[in-house]
Amino acid sequence: MTAPPHDCLARNDWICGAYLSTRRQILLDAVVQHLRLTALSVLIGLAIALPLAVLARRWGWAAGPVLALTTILYTIPSLAMFSLLLPLYGLSATLVVAGLVLYSLTLLVRNILAGLRAVPEETRQAARGLGYGPIRLLLTVELPLALPAAMAGLRIATVSAVSLVTVGAIVGFGGLGNLIYAGMNTYFKAQVLTASALCVLIAVAADLLLLGVQRLITPWTRAGRARAPARRRRSRTGLRGARAGRA
Amino acid sequence: MNTLSASWHWLTDPAHWSGDDGIRSRLLQHLVLTVVCLAVSCVIALPVALVLGHLGKGGALAVNISNVGRAVPTFAVLVLLLLTPVGKWGEGPTVVALVLFAVPPLLTNAYVGMREVDRSIVRAARGMGMTGRQMLLRVELPLALPLVMTGVRIAAVQLVATATIAALAGGGGLGRIITAGFNLASTPQVVAGAILVAGFALIVEAVFEIAERLAPHWPRGSR
Repeated sequence: MTAPPHDCLARNDWICGAYLSTRRQILLDAVVQHLRLTALSVLIGLAIALPLAVLARRWGWAAGPVLALTTILYTIPSLAMFSLLLPLYGLSATLVVAGLVLYSLTLLVRNILAGLRAVPEETRQAARGLGYGPIRLLLTVELPLALPAAMAGLRIATVSAVSLVTVGAIVGFGGLGNLIYAGMNTYFKAQVLTASALCVLIAVAADLLLLGVQRLITPWTRAGRARAPARRRRSRTGLRGARAGRA
Repeated sequence: MNTLSASWHWLTDPAHWSGDDGIRSRLLQHLVLTVVCLAVSCVIALPVALVLGHLGKGGALAVNISNVGRAVPTFAVLVLLLLTPVGKWGEGPTVVALVLFAVPPLLTNAYVGMREVDRSIVRAARGMGMTGRQMLLRVELPLALPLVMTGVRIAAVQLVATATIAALAGGGGLGRIITAGFNLASTPQVVAGAILVAGFALIVEAVFEIAERLAPHWPRGSR
């Protein structure tokens, strides 16, 4: 910044180098809180979604209720969700995590289930013919083959969680959302813009990171027959993706 | 259970339903915001998506816009708009932010719907001598309708949700009851507001579900 010291803060500019250097610690703390809330809720969501999806795959009758319930949870707006859970958890970070877990469930259960259902019947029969029991079949054949769809769901859930954490500002645990909320009340432009940009940056970085992980753990999807699955995947994420961009 | 019964009392108290910041006027604000923004977003997104889908161009754009939309926090956009000159026109920031967030799902679903129409049907239509316009309106659009409507439904539910967040940034609507409850430290009011908003969102979802069931079956039957 070429402006004299403190001037851009005094002028309340949108972009302000002095803001970055003087509030580094505050920004860092907010980013850490943001990352912790996001990671915690997505991981807990995954831990709940995986058994749910496996059960729904095993017993067909369970699929309907599980999908319906998670979809209904997903319909509830985030601000309402946080408020509905308020009597249970009070004003705490747990409240935000609980709300976000409920949201990630829909995306994760749907995608894992879609992945499991897409495993070809011949593949399963071949594995059974090789003497695989149900658990070994699940762990070494079905789950790995469901990985691409599951990872697509995980990416959407993570990116949505990053942006939804900001709403947690209403209970004081919104990571960068706290800075946006405070900046709104004091009309502090640099703070609002910086925190918003950091949010988007975190979301993009998390998405790229998960994409990298996906490529590492599913090397077979890139081999040879990359064409057809790529086309299928795009149309699926197109629809799912649209379902996910929400508040 | 104590909180729930307190919320029930709050909800059923006639005093909370009347007046400028009563439940009735907040419900109306929420409904008007949702309907107006849905209409504006449809007018912006659908023609573009249908024409792009018909021409088969801009697919990456349609899908990527949706991905970008997901990464940008609604709340941040609202506050950013509030601090710009747009913030001076009352509900302006809310409407602009809501439209921005409703456009991606509309665009993506309408585009994907148009592209997923069976190519052989489109070629048959061309073989029968239909013009581009006739193909778009009489063949592709009817067949793409289920997915287009899914997009509208997603956008509508999303609008209800986003309109709630608008209250955090000083906008109207049902979210206002929740934020006011937080400021008053009144848990019953917060929960009552949440119940209203959740009910509203579920009703919108249900209306679309019912409309889908009642709609003529030919578009789905042919898929």
